[in-house]
Amino acid sequence: MIPGILPLLAITIPLAAAGLIIATGRHMNLRDSVTLGAAASMVMVVLAMLPEILAGGRIGITLVPLLPGGDLALRVDALGMIFGLVASILWLLNSLYSIGYMRALKEHDQTRFYFCFAIAIAAAIGIAFSANLVTLYVFYEVLTLITYPLVVHVGTPEAMQAGRKYLAYLLGGGICLLAATILTYTLTGTTEFIPGGFLAGAGAAALSLQVIFLLYLGGFVKAAWMPFHAWLPAAMVAPTPVSAFLHAVAVVTAGVFGVVRVAGWVYGVDLMADLGLGVLLAVIASFTIITASLFALAQDNLKRRLAYSTVAQLSYILLGVSMLSTAGLTGAVIHIPFHAFQKIALFFCAGAVIVGAGRENISDMKGIGRKMPVTAVMCAAAAAGICGLPPFCGLVSKVYLSIGAVQAGELALLGVIIVSAVLNVAYFFPIIHTMIIARPSDDRALDTVTEAPLIMLVPIILAVTASVAFFFFPAVPFLDLAEIAIADMSGAGLP
Amino acid sequence: MNAVISQLPPLLIVVPILGALLALLLGKWKRSFAYPITLAMIGFQFAVSLVLMESVMDGEVIHYYLGGWPPPLGIELVIDSFNSFVLVVILALALLTAVWAREGADLDIVPEKRVSFFVVFQLLVTGLCGMAVTGDLFNLYVFLEISSIAAYTLVAAGRNPRSLIAGFNYLILGSIAAGFIVLGIGYLYIATGTLNMGELAVMLPAHYGQATVYAAFLFMMIGFSIKVAFFPLHLWLPDAYTEAPAAVTILIATATSKVTAYAMLRVIFSVFTLQYVTESFPVTELVLIIAAVAIIAGAVLAIAQDNLKRMLAYSSISQMGYIMFALGVANQAALAGGILHIMAHAVMKGCLFMVAGMIIYRTGFTAIRQLSGLSRRMPVACAAFALAGASMIGIPPTIGFMSKYYLVLGAVVAGEYLAAAVLLAGSLLAAVYIWKVIEVMYFGDVHDEDLGGGLEAPVSMMVPVIILAASCLLLGIFVELPLEVVGPAAAMLLGGD
Amino acid sequence: MENLLAFIATRYIYIMTIILMMIGLYALIAKKNLVKKVIGLNIFQTAIFLFYISFSDVDGGTAPIFLPDGVSATYVNPIPHVLILTAIVVGLAITAVALAIVVGIYEEYQVTGEDGLQEVMKRQ
Repeated sequence: MIPGILPLLAITIPLAAAGLIIATGRHMNLRDSVTLGAAASMVMVVLAMLPEILAGGRIGITLVPLLPGGDLALRVDALGMIFGLVASILWLLNSLYSIGYMRALKEHDQTRFYFCFAIAIAAAIGIAFSANLVTLYVFYEVLTLITYPLVVHVGTPEAMQAGRKYLAYLLGGGICLLAATILTYTLTGTTEFIPGGFLAGAGAAALSLQVIFLLYLGGFVKAAWMPFHAWLPAAMVAPTPVSAFLHAVAVVTAGVFGVVRVAGWVYGVDLMADLGLGVLLAVIASFTIITASLFALAQDNLKRRLAYSTVAQLSYILLGVSMLSTAGLTGAVIHIPFHAFQKIALFFCAGAVIVGAGRENISDMKGIGRKMPVTAVMCAAAAAGICGLPPFCGLVSKVYLSIGAVQAGELALLGVIIVSAVLNVAYFFPIIHTMIIARPSDDRALDTVTEAPLIMLVPIILAVTASVAFFFFPAVPFLDLAEIAIADMSGAGLP
Repeated sequence: MNAVISQLPPLLIVVPILGALLALLLGKWKRSFAYPITLAMIGFQFAVSLVLMESVMDGEVIHYYLGGWPPPLGIELVIDSFNSFVLVVILALALLTAVWAREGADLDIVPEKRVSFFVVFQLLVTGLCGMAVTGDLFNLYVFLEISSIAAYTLVAAGRNPRSLIAGFNYLILGSIAAGFIVLGIGYLYIATGTLNMGELAVMLPAHYGQATVYAAFLFMMIGFSIKVAFFPLHLWLPDAYTEAPAAVTILIATATSKVTAYAMLRVIFSVFTLQYVTESFPVTELVLIIAAVAIIAGAVLAIAQDNLKRMLAYSSISQMGYIMFALGVANQAALAGGILHIMAHAVMKGCLFMVAGMIIYRTGFTAIRQLSGLSRRMPVACAAFALAGASMIGIPPTIGFMSKYYLVLGAVVAGEYLAAAVLLAGSLLAAVYIWKVIEVMYFGDVHDEDLGGGLEAPVSMMVPVIILAASCLLLGIFVELPLEVVGPAAAMLLGGD
Repeated sequence: MENLLAFIATRYIYIMTIILMMIGLYALIAKKNLVKKVIGLNIFQTAIFLFYISFSDVDGGTAPIFLPDGVSATYVNPIPHVLILTAIVVGLAITAVALAIVVGIYEEYQVTGEDGLQEVMKRQ
């Protein structure tokens, strides 16, 4: 492991930006350029670490000795790099988009918004680059707290109610994670992430290890697995850049990232198989996928439908982990970035419709594709990606997941994937149909509709282009990173 | 240099008495003299306490015999890692409260009484330091009463007439508690013939089975529990904290309660050693259960309050439960967490009560719903409240989280899983009552438009608040530093003197 | 019966002080008048003082005075007496503060009883 300052830099850049944002709060242009500048430099810092990680190395730094169980320490490895890349690149896109969105709608408290965003990114990167459970927990809780002002941004009583629900679920999850961390520490004397896991050597009873895993799952309620998913649709009351961010970048990805981390670097694939935890995860994931997809069908509000879609898509990752096979794990790990890019594009489109047409419900969006062509086409493209159609990267992860199911001999999971693919099309197709093909009953209903401003369209186009690029060149860099990560997780003994 | 340092302990007691006298005399001459003297004296004491802590950090213990008479004839002052840590904490809080009280005292104290206020303030500090430094049990009682009487006076000193009643109730209950404590001390004297804590620890094991010692232990425990406001003997606390002058609440919520908790832990672990409470007279299980109830009950009652100071008072009851939790588990990690929590709670609660006082000073608002939208008018104060509040809930990387982590760790190591779960639940409940306030402050509509904007408090009140709020975060991130003192202190308590 | 009498005979002092303590506590808790509460507090504290002094007594001992030709054979233990002197002063201070507060309450509310206080509180 190479000691390096780059991981620390990746966290301090957004923190410093947060401070600068408060300082330049009154000068809108200055403040927004701070955000953009910080995002750009952070992308560069993260990319700078990429060659080392691709070569199989790791970069780390210990910050402060913190608690028995773990110091505040960062270590960048392949899995962390995947999340880190997602977070930094999408922050750049999201910042561009937010500037357009917030200015177009003349939103209040924009300084508070960007401030919280910057700190949230720092927390997300901290989670990605954490070297042990204690560090992970610290950044986890910070993320929960700092996204609260973002969720309740509009300040309506409904928003406050949603915020309380959000906090209740996520803080409760945090407690479970703390309990799991402390129990892990008392069993093994350490919480450092070790490739292949370290719990197997603890000599603890199978039941206690299973209970601890349940606590971990409870801790990672940010992964929105059912039945503890309710905070996610409730959080849709937030402004769209926040929803895009929560759903693609920070909070939910942190949740699934945590599950993958614990599965591979605390428990280890073999131990998971021995304890039957794969079956447990498979059941939860399958239930979530099917149920959430069914819920999505029933939603008329576009953002809520996308929210339930996210719940289902995240459980694809959990499903892949539960397979405990090489292809399954690979599929899970690359679904993290691929889903992120596609989902953020979809949410960006939803926001564009709010800005350009002032409409939130699908039934009101009849035929707006005529006035908002770019948005509608991009929306269709991103939706196709989520459904797993070529030439979008969603297909790649779906294929890996399917192979993984076969590899693990779990044909039931293959069935789940196929059924959910059908459901995906079932709830996405009507959106596209309404936007592009349908005609509004009253022709004048479209008079006020305009295309979204360019500054919002650019991130959408970039995200969709990226997903196409990832289809043709999946190895760059996510598949390569995923391979290294899977090798870390398993060592030996995977079908 | 060592010779000088070993002579420092009595200064901690003498200096504030001198300061009180000087402030009284000079204050009669010119009223404005009282405050600078107070500030200077407490500042000097704080410096001395830092020097002392530094010199005992490596495990050395300073013994000072008053008048040169060794025990059992004379009174001994002992400085070791545990009480030097407590001293630094309470003197830092006393100093910051004194700075805050420059303007903050005007809120509740009429100008004619200002001199008397600072005189009694210094007497309170005398009592607290004396309690922290002494190595003699009866001396502990005397200083306990000095600080208590000063506290009763200060609590009753507010403009609000209800403070008189609160002070009276505090006095009654506190005096009963003191009576029990002195009774307990008497029993110990009957059994062993000495009052020196070190000697008692050596001589008591021979008498462990005797009824006298049981009686002594029970009386002292009950007495201290009332003083510490350990649920269910906490009844004086909500009224006292709510109705007392703001500056007084800060000091008694942070310093007085902490030193009294220190005294309780000291008596239990250094006089009746750990062996007694776990084997001869096993009360640790009972204490753990009561502590768990305290944590939950205090938090639930806090959630139900509308008055900000009263909410913080019930929160304090819940938090003292954490320290009693450490007593109930009684292993290295839990005790380290308990001692760390002494510091953490002092810093957090000090900040919260200071902000509450500032709000009342500027706006006169006492109810939580009146704080609506306050963040627009008093941004720094609300930010400090949010930070200290996050520490109360136990969000990493604040100091409140660090102490909670150690407590939970201690409980898990001891196999007390249910207790650990209660502790964790307590932090969720804390989130409810803290978050209620933060939500109102930041996301409510501005209450009472007529007051106008820009209501930030004067600098002398802001500086201590900012220092305390920043400490919540910094002490947490750099928790290794306090732990250097706290770890050995916990080990020493468990290993016996 | 024999045992009980012997028990009381040797320990009657302690029993009396305990009874006095109970009387003090009763007054403290049950009396409504604030001044009576203070009196009860004083009785309670005095009982404790008596307890201390009573156990410092040595059978057949005299006052602990140094005579020019040395100390007499058995003397009463002087330390508890010293402690009690301090405690008496403490009790005095407490009583003073308590009465000052009672006077303040009287001036403010014109009542000295708890039931009166409760009424006044309700009216406010």
